[in-house]
Amino acid sequence: MSDAVIPGKIADKVETPFRRFVSEFAESKVALGALVVFIIITLLAIFAPWITPQNPYDLAELDIMDGRMEPGTVGGAGFTYWLGTDDQGRDMLSGIIYGLRISLTVGAGSALIACLIGASLGLLAAYAGGRTDSVIMRLVDLQLSFPTILAALMILAFLGKGIMNVVIALVLVEWAYYARTVRGTALVERRREYIEAAQCLALPTHRVLFRHLLPNCLPPLIVVGTMQVARAIALEATLSFLGLGVPITEPSLGLLIANGYEYMLSGKYWISFYPGIALLITIVSINLVGDQLRDVLNPRLKK
Amino acid sequence: MTVYLVRRLLQALLVVLAMSLIVFIGVYAIGDPVEILISPDADQIERERAVQALGLDLPLWQQYAVFLTKALQGDLGRSFVYNEPALKLILQRMPATMELAFGATIFALIIGLPLGLYAGLRPNSRFSRVIMASSILGFSLPTFWVGLMLIMVFAVYLGWLPSTGRGDTGTLLGMQWSFLTWDGLRHMAMPALNLSLFKISLVIRLTRAGVRETMLMDYVKFARAKGLSPARVTFVHVFKNILIPVVTVVGLELGSTIAFSVVTESVFAWPGMGKLIIDSINVLDRPVIVAYLMLIVLMFIAINLIVDLTYSMLDPRVRLESKGT
Amino acid sequence: MGNLRKLALAAGTAFIGLSAHGALAQSVTMAVAAPVTSLDPHYHQLSPNNAVADTIFDKLVNTDAKSNNLPGLALSWRAVEPNVWEFKLRPNVRFHNGNEFTAEDVAFTLQRLPNVPNSPSSFAAYSRPIQSIEIVDPLTIRFRTAAPHPLMPLDMTNVRILDRETHQNATTEDFNAGRAAIGTGPYRVVSHRSGDRIEFERNDNYWGDRAPFQRVLYRMITNDAARTAALLAGDVEFIDQVPTSDLAKLRQDNRIALSETVGLRLIFLGLDHLRQANENSPFITDNDGKPLGKNPLQDVRVRRALSMAIDRKAIVDRVMEGAAVPAGQFLPEGVYTHVPSVTPPAFDPDAARRLLAEAGYPQGFRIQLNGPNDRYVNDARIIQAVGQMWTRIGVRTTVEAQPWTTFVGRAGRADFSSHLIGWGSNPDGSHPLRNILATVTREKGWGSSNRGRYSNPRLDALLDQSLVELDEAKRVQLVIEAQRIAAEDVAVIPLHIQTNIWGMRRHLAHDARNDELTRAQDVRPAAR
Repeated sequence: MSDAVIPGKIADKVETPFRRFVSEFAESKVALGALVVFIIITLLAIFAPWITPQNPYDLAELDIMDGRMEPGTVGGAGFTYWLGTDDQGRDMLSGIIYGLRISLTVGAGSALIACLIGASLGLLAAYAGGRTDSVIMRLVDLQLSFPTILAALMILAFLGKGIMNVVIALVLVEWAYYARTVRGTALVERRREYIEAAQCLALPTHRVLFRHLLPNCLPPLIVVGTMQVARAIALEATLSFLGLGVPITEPSLGLLIANGYEYMLSGKYWISFYPGIALLITIVSINLVGDQLRDVLNPRLKK
Repeated sequence: MTVYLVRRLLQALLVVLAMSLIVFIGVYAIGDPVEILISPDADQIERERAVQALGLDLPLWQQYAVFLTKALQGDLGRSFVYNEPALKLILQRMPATMELAFGATIFALIIGLPLGLYAGLRPNSRFSRVIMASSILGFSLPTFWVGLMLIMVFAVYLGWLPSTGRGDTGTLLGMQWSFLTWDGLRHMAMPALNLSLFKISLVIRLTRAGVRETMLMDYVKFARAKGLSPARVTFVHVFKNILIPVVTVVGLELGSTIAFSVVTESVFAWPGMGKLIIDSINVLDRPVIVAYLMLIVLMFIAINLIVDLTYSMLDPRVRLESKGT
Repeated sequence: MGNLRKLALAAGTAFIGLSAHGALAQSVTMAVAAPVTSLDPHYHQLSPNNAVADTIFDKLVNTDAKSNNLPGLALSWRAVEPNVWEFKLRPNVRFHNGNEFTAEDVAFTLQRLPNVPNSPSSFAAYSRPIQSIEIVDPLTIRFRTAAPHPLMPLDMTNVRILDRETHQNATTEDFNAGRAAIGTGPYRVVSHRSGDRIEFERNDNYWGDRAPFQRVLYRMITNDAARTAALLAGDVEFIDQVPTSDLAKLRQDNRIALSETVGLRLIFLGLDHLRQANENSPFITDNDGKPLGKNPLQDVRVRRALSMAIDRKAIVDRVMEGAAVPAGQFLPEGVYTHVPSVTPPAFDPDAARRLLAEAGYPQGFRIQLNGPNDRYVNDARIIQAVGQMWTRIGVRTTVEAQPWTTFVGRAGRADFSSHLIGWGSNPDGSHPLRNILATVTREKGWGSSNRGRYSNPRLDALLDQSLVELDEAKRVQLVIEAQRIAAEDVAVIPLHIQTNIWGMRRHLAHDARNDELTRAQDVRPAAR
């Protein structure tokens, strides 16, 4: 009797897709660890104002007399700069935690919006074909050949400086990658039997698109997506390096690195080293989680 | 097929036209080239003369009309900064960028393919995990930072490679190439590596993903069941299959490397097109920006066309043109 | 023991440096930060182009490292009449191609200045005062002007002389290709790769001091860190614009020597004088972010308070790492138009707060300080530091830095309430007066860089007088007095004057120039 009940229970559990998903995800210890790290980073970013000894955005709390202090020095304000300070006397630890916020917002925000726009357009192009496809794909051509720097400069000229404007610039640059990826996969998928079957059933277009076509395009989309989050954060750093990134008084990790870059040769390594490490940990954890997600979600890797 | 190509050609023309229009409006919005180029102590009369000399006194649409008329005769304008034809400037710098981009791609394939293959065949081994984790470095570290690190290690501390610049060149087909001389190759090594980091990661990940999928496919299982040697299965059956997406993506990447290796060329003082475009953008040298981007958009259209054609040849399920739908 | 080893090590490296160099003593490799865009000396008035032009060409009046006038292709000059300048030319000077230099060439050059096609910034302003040219004999030339023009010799320090025969039909492209880059200067051009490198060779027939090297490779490395790295790696032996962040390290490096001098470039804050006292300034609000209804910057007490709130020494020490001197005016000490009675404003935050209260702002106000982030040494860092200091006296400051490309246009339209900018002067005080402080007047060519739209009739009157005063002592007094008025009125807030710094391997020496030009002829082997 008990024999009959237990398999039934397991079968129940296996049946909920979410539980199956969780247990499959948890198969990899590394991915689980990465997820924990990522959650901690996110929490740090959210609760930054309550944890940091200094508000690195408030010019009144900074003092250039405390500039470029070595890690472990006690500054004029009385607390210890555990990771040193940058040229403005900004506590690197506080700067990094606040910078995480900006980088995550910019990286994840732009990747998400770009993914939504790009994936929708890519799906539409593949599904509708014809003129729609041509227009969208020529737009992609146009976008891919448009330099990020020029796009960022134009946005700066039109909208001024600001974190949201950096996100817009990055979305403008990135959506094309998603569109191209999704269209490529969807072109192959839409010829498959299940889509034809769905069409025969006269299901509404949006249902075919999003319930049937999209899930099968997900694996490559996640690969591109997690990479693009990382790429967006790095791209923001490059924009900052070129003076087109976030405002200088609200530095992202990228801007902190770009600022410290000039001190690399002079041995004041901490100004760009620690933000670099923080950036690395963040990106590695995002990607490990993303890799596992992709493997779990990929129907073709099922044993 | 011919109809298809003609249609694509017409579309390409439209895109190029759109690009030139966007750049015209964009540069106009960003700022006034004369403000940037003129000596700070130039007086108002001199400023007006300069505006006129560069043809910027006309309304924007007239400037655009002038540009189009000349472009139809094959003249894309003269650089405000160098006072030379924009096209000539770009073509002069093209070999330097081309060889850098190809160098980076070769690095990416040589390093990325074997590592990706290994990681795909033995997904759970420790070395595979190391490969995958370090491949993340490739696209998370900012290029400018890695570039300087390379210079510090290989040029300043070890003294193995020259720090910056393009070195000696040899002549081939009337152009200057540095891969023809030993000194040129030494100068190329670091910037090419710097540029290839992202690509190496990309190739590793694509190869691994491809291998893992293909290994589970029926025909591979069948080949193994037939008793073919693992090496033959890997290199003939699996490899052939994954090479297609890898080559596609690497090809597309090659395009963006040729177009925008801006940061690498700046850090390594490499006199290529990327350096030219960033310098031109900084001083709003509009003729160069317009000509450059028109060329680049053409290149991307060509690459994408080739990709689409390849797709349809490889996979008959993808039709070139779906009519009616 | 430790010291002894260090000494031996130092001697060892010095020896290697010497011997490695002994074989190559005939050549030197230099790297400059700013790309040279053209070898045509009259196409684009741009410092890097001028520096290279000074290597290839000569001017009637050359300048020494302190920007004092020196006889160049002219041996002497004087105003023979109030409206006529006479230049006696140097005999037996030949161009690189052997052609002889005569007064004809000077006349040709001055005619060419306004006629270089497509020039984005021409040298026409230097020939414009000249109404007619008279060639008295092959070695004497006279310029007639409409009004007395005391600045004629100074103008001539900007005009590189071409050869009529060679350059009659030369285009900018011919110069860039090296074909037409033929002058009378100490080095001749061997080859030119645009934006990358120029190769020079000694002109053995130079009329002046023989150039120190047989060959010079003049490279362009824009990226600061890469340039320093190239010097450290020994790929180049000489660099300009040494980044301040590398100074401390380079000073300790016994393979490297630095040459430095106080320059002529003032970094200052421009203030909004355009909006009247009862108008809103675009980036100033009260403490709640509401419009103020008035422009506090029209009150000299507010301007003075903002100036006194700035700890210039701290900025120089901490941000500039010592590579500047605090300033209260445009020109540094030692220059003949420096105002002796004006010193850098003392840092006094308490007095600044009192002044603000007196002006009716006991609680301060809010302001945005704008600036470029890719133009001047540490520009974005300086505005942040000023932001800190202003905030401490109750003027809550936000700062915004953007690339010069988008910044300069907005600054020119007086879009900002306060902005950081720099001015590289020639040594005559009339230069900043005319361009930055004089009332914007198109006909006179005044105030073309007066981005704050400052206007002061007393200053204008003095400037007017000085521009036609041929008695040099009187003229200098007028220029000094006008500058003193501007300083007293806090027309702009001067911060510091930059120090120009070059870095080189120990076997080289260099004469640091205050005009920032990096010229090949100033680099020579170090005295042993």
